[in-house]
Amino acid sequence: MSKLDVKNVNFYYGDFHALKNIDMQVEEKNVVAFIGPSGCGKSTFLRLLNRMNDLIPGARLTGEIRIDGENIYDRSVRIDNLRKNVGMVFQRPNPFPKSIFENVAYGLRVNGIKDKDFIESRVEETLRGAALWDEVKDKLKKSAFALSGGQQQRLCIARAMAVSPSILLMDEPASALDPISTGKVEELICDLSNKTTIIIVTHNMQQAARVSSKTAFFYMGELIEFNDTKRLFTNPEKQTTQNYITGRFG
Amino acid sequence: MQRFSPRAPQPATTMNTPQYPSAYASKKKRTEQIVFFLFRLLSGAVALSLLGILGFIIVKGFSVLSWDFLTLPPTDGMTSGGILPAIVGTLCLMAGSACFAFPIGIMSGIYMNEYARKGKLVRFIRMMTNNLAGIPSIVFGLFGMALFVNYLSFGDSILAGSLTLGLLALPIVIRTTEEALKDIPDAYREGSLALGATKAQTIWHVILPMAMPRVITGLILSLGRVSGETAPILFTCAAYFLPKLPESLFDQCMALPYHLYVVSTSGTDLEAQQPIAYGTALVLIIIVLLINLLANSLRKYFSNKIKTK
Repeated sequence: MSKLDVKNVNFYYGDFHALKNIDMQVEEKNVVAFIGPSGCGKSTFLRLLNRMNDLIPGARLTGEIRIDGENIYDRSVRIDNLRKNVGMVFQRPNPFPKSIFENVAYGLRVNGIKDKDFIESRVEETLRGAALWDEVKDKLKKSAFALSGGQQQRLCIARAMAVSPSILLMDEPASALDPISTGKVEELICDLSNKTTIIIVTHNMQQAARVSSKTAFFYMGELIEFNDTKRLFTNPEKQTTQNYITGRFG
Repeated sequence: MQRFSPRAPQPATTMNTPQYPSAYASKKKRTEQIVFFLFRLLSGAVALSLLGILGFIIVKGFSVLSWDFLTLPPTDGMTSGGILPAIVGTLCLMAGSACFAFPIGIMSGIYMNEYARKGKLVRFIRMMTNNLAGIPSIVFGLFGMALFVNYLSFGDSILAGSLTLGLLALPIVIRTTEEALKDIPDAYREGSLALGATKAQTIWHVILPMAMPRVITGLILSLGRVSGETAPILFTCAAYFLPKLPESLFDQCMALPYHLYVVSTSGTDLEAQQPIAYGTALVLIIIVLLINLLANSLRKYFSNKIKTK
């Protein structure tokens, strides 16, 4: 059974047909990259996986998205449980205006964990996991806004990892960061990939090539090609993919 | 042959620099000076007139301020004594209307911005709230009398007065709450929801704390308005002369703005009452000022609680 199994998904914003007949299987503990030009639907597809698009009025979906065999759009699914299992990191770092500690602890608290010792150890563990502990251990009570952009983004990754999601969605997580911070985030992605399945949307094809084992190329709402990263970048099956990765458009 | 490229430096002679008319620069500067002078003058005039009012009231009213003035009921046909019942009455009315308008207003604001689908209904409610805010306060008074005093038979009472004043405060509270929430970027909502928080948790733990400083500003504005209103309590609560302090929600009470009106327009000896009127006005202003100070410290407290630095 695949970790993620997408069957014949169509998605509409009102009249606009944003995603067309998407099929995709992702195996556990993989890093999958979504690439494609702006407006191709890759972010939209990513946001279907934790039902973030539910917030948009007029959005409509047909087809099935299964995670561990369970259709996440089934009526019986509780969205908060789904989102706990499928974490998300956004394009711009969006820490809460709380202390560094509280930012990481937040996910645990809203999911009903009250045990102080557990929360403390979990916060330390996740911050270590996000390679941030040494930089922030002396200022856990300080505001998260005092951190640099790159540190904020790693804090957001730690925040997402604190509730132990089995899939982590990342929507262009490094596009607002400088090259050094980007490097750190990419390293982090590689580290985390043995704990969780990671799906990352990126505009940067080198980044996709560096971090992912499989890559999906989207164009005009269609999944053009989904293949091993190496294969897709060296010997793509489709002409459109070839055109895109060689920079002929997009 | 030099190949054209955008980076290649171009010889200065070919640069096409427009010849700016030299008189224009000084004209621009003069216009700017005049405009800024006008702005400064007008802001100064506003500040001055405010200071003028305050100064006038302070000068005229300060001499009557005394411990007795604050702690005694009016005596001798309101020509001497204090204004304690009016102070207590106004505080009761403020507290009562706050108890009514704050929770309902904040909850409505949250509902309108966070829960309700953006559509005709919300637009309609918003339009009605805006209209409500524009209705003359005497009309609120009339409505309060019809509904609370007569229909619900609360009688002329603090309860009826508080509810009427609460209605008046409600649109202010709703609008400022809604605006405050609207200004919180969706990134924070998404960030919280993505961690498995419910909508209610997101609002309670992330969004509301961030909006709190501005929500409080709205609450205080409405309190200031409520404390100074005369018309809504005219037919619903206010007593002309009632030296006894209110004992229950169903008692009538005196109120500072109404007392001010009474001592300056009617009574046994307008001449003798005049200082009392200024004293009353001064006390009213001081109360509003104190509330604003309290609001400021509350705002600071909540701003510090959400850690943005």
